Amino acid sequence: MSAFVTLDGVSHTYGGSDGMLAVEGLDIAVAKGEFAAVVGPSGCGKSTLMKLATGLQFPFKGTVTVAGQQVTQPVKIAGMAFQAPTLLPWRTTVENLLLPLEIVPPHRQRIRRNKAEYVARAEKLLASVGLGGFGGKFPWELSGGMQQRTSLCRALIHEPQLLMLDEPFGALDAFTREELWCVIRDLHAATGITVILVTHDLREAVFLADRVFVMSSRPGRIVVERRIELPRPRDLDVTYTTGFQDIVHELRGHIVKARQ
Amino acid sequence: MNRRALIIRLSPWLFTIGLVVIWEAACWLFEIPVFFLPPPTAIAQAFVEFWRPIWRNSLFTLTTTMIGFGLAVGFGLLLGLVIGWSRTIYSGIYPLMIGFNAIPKVAVVPILVLWFGIGFVPAVLTAFLISFFPIVVNVATGLATIEPELEDVLKALGASKLDIMRKVGIPRTLPYFFGSLKISITLAFVGSVISESIASNYGIGNLMLQAQAQFQVPLIFAGLVALAVEGIVMYWAMAVLEARMTRWAQRSGFAQN
Ligand SMILES: Nc1ncnc2c1ncn2[C@@H]1O[C@H](COP(=O)(O)OP(=O)(O)O)[C@@H](O)[C@H]1O
Ligand SMILES: [Mg+2]
Repeated sequence: MSAFVTLDGVSHTYGGSDGMLAVEGLDIAVAKGEFAAVVGPSGCGKSTLMKLATGLQFPFKGTVTVAGQQVTQPVKIAGMAFQAPTLLPWRTTVENLLLPLEIVPPHRQRIRRNKAEYVARAEKLLASVGLGGFGGKFPWELSGGMQQRTSLCRALIHEPQLLMLDEPFGALDAFTREELWCVIRDLHAATGITVILVTHDLREAVFLADRVFVMSSRPGRIVVERRIELPRPRDLDVTYTTGFQDIVHELRGHIVKARQ
Repeated sequence: MNRRALIIRLSPWLFTIGLVVIWEAACWLFEIPVFFLPPPTAIAQAFVEFWRPIWRNSLFTLTTTMIGFGLAVGFGLLLGLVIGWSRTIYSGIYPLMIGFNAIPKVAVVPILVLWFGIGFVPAVLTAFLISFFPIVVNVATGLATIEPELEDVLKALGASKLDIMRKVGIPRTLPYFFGSLKISITLAFVGSVISESIASNYGIGNLMLQAQAQFQVPLIFAGLVALAVEGIVMYWAMAVLEARMTRWAQRSGFAQN
């Protein structure tokens, strides 16, 4: 079976062909429904990988394929969430969730007339991440963790096939972060969506992912690919087992090497 | 508690009255000649005596200011949207704009007079020229400071540039736009008064110039007070408009620094 997201020998530079390479000879293949995590030193090209895979940037060498199609424009089947929740402060939580639906067809044409149906859908999604009843609040009335949950919902509302997460929990405190790990874990289990998660937290990567990819420092390449065989569903307790911590240690060794 | 709030509310008035009283007292105490610094009572007298020309010329100044300001809003909004839309246009026009803004607008008045004669038109144009810059800059800034991540989120959904402008750019620019109106209207007022005092037969600027020629010092000061009142009223109107139009920005602390 061919992979759902493939980067094949991809090199990219910002600012013309004579610019410094951001990534070089990048190979990665993620299967449909798989949860992939990408870790690596800061500035190594993790965000660049995300942009290449979603068609926000185009490589000068190599090919990017998503859902069997070579990427030549923004992919339109992806939902994205970043470290900053970037919610619109003039919209309520529910209205923020409706934003993607105002852009993606066929909802784009339907949303005006079928507002109630879409609002119900948004509220249902909010309830599934523990934000039931908060739909009428404005973003600044929510805590950081709640804003990030909303941002996740916004990435999912149009039922994308691919979820791209770029250090989505980086700004949260440890407890909130672990709570959101479970939210993501359950969403992935329930929908079978393909997820690519960029993170600098190795425990996060090992807890959530089916496979962890370690990148070298700039220009980034994949130097190690590690399958995580821990059985699912995984409970937070698994993070305190020796098996788990051995994997984290092993990956940590690779990162230290990658930084040199 | 309530008393404190009351005192804070009243304090602008108390300070104004206090200033007037001190001014009056100082004029009497130090026997300052009226042709040097007239006391408030003499200025008030000038108001009573010359209320007709003051009123007429105030209206004239107000009209030129508002027309110039209106042009600045329309043109500034348009140019700001264009500049904020495209990085190429932005980098092309911005240095030009900076250069243009650096020119003291007094220096432009003679050229305007050469083209349009004295009076109404150069006053309106000076008001326009001096006041459109802050609007352009603010509108362009509002558009240019969209979070890149948010743009990525929307582009990855297949959003067009127009979608991004409509859903994000323009709404988030409104606080910047309405914030710039306060600055802009004050500048428009400066522009029209400058032009009136150089090249016009109407307006408060011209009235003050004539009063100076005739050595009617209290009338000069009365003109000044009329200008102050007009300026405060226009500023206040724009501040109220801003507060009305951008409630969400004030509540969320958006773009406040
Ligand atoms: N828009 C850009 N313009 C120029 N250089 C960029 C841009 N974005 C990223 N880079 C450079 O590309 C490299 C990889 O960046 P990025 O993918 O953001 O790294 P990471 O997300 O792993 O921290 C960095 O060295 C960064 O300086
Ligand atoms: Mg990054």
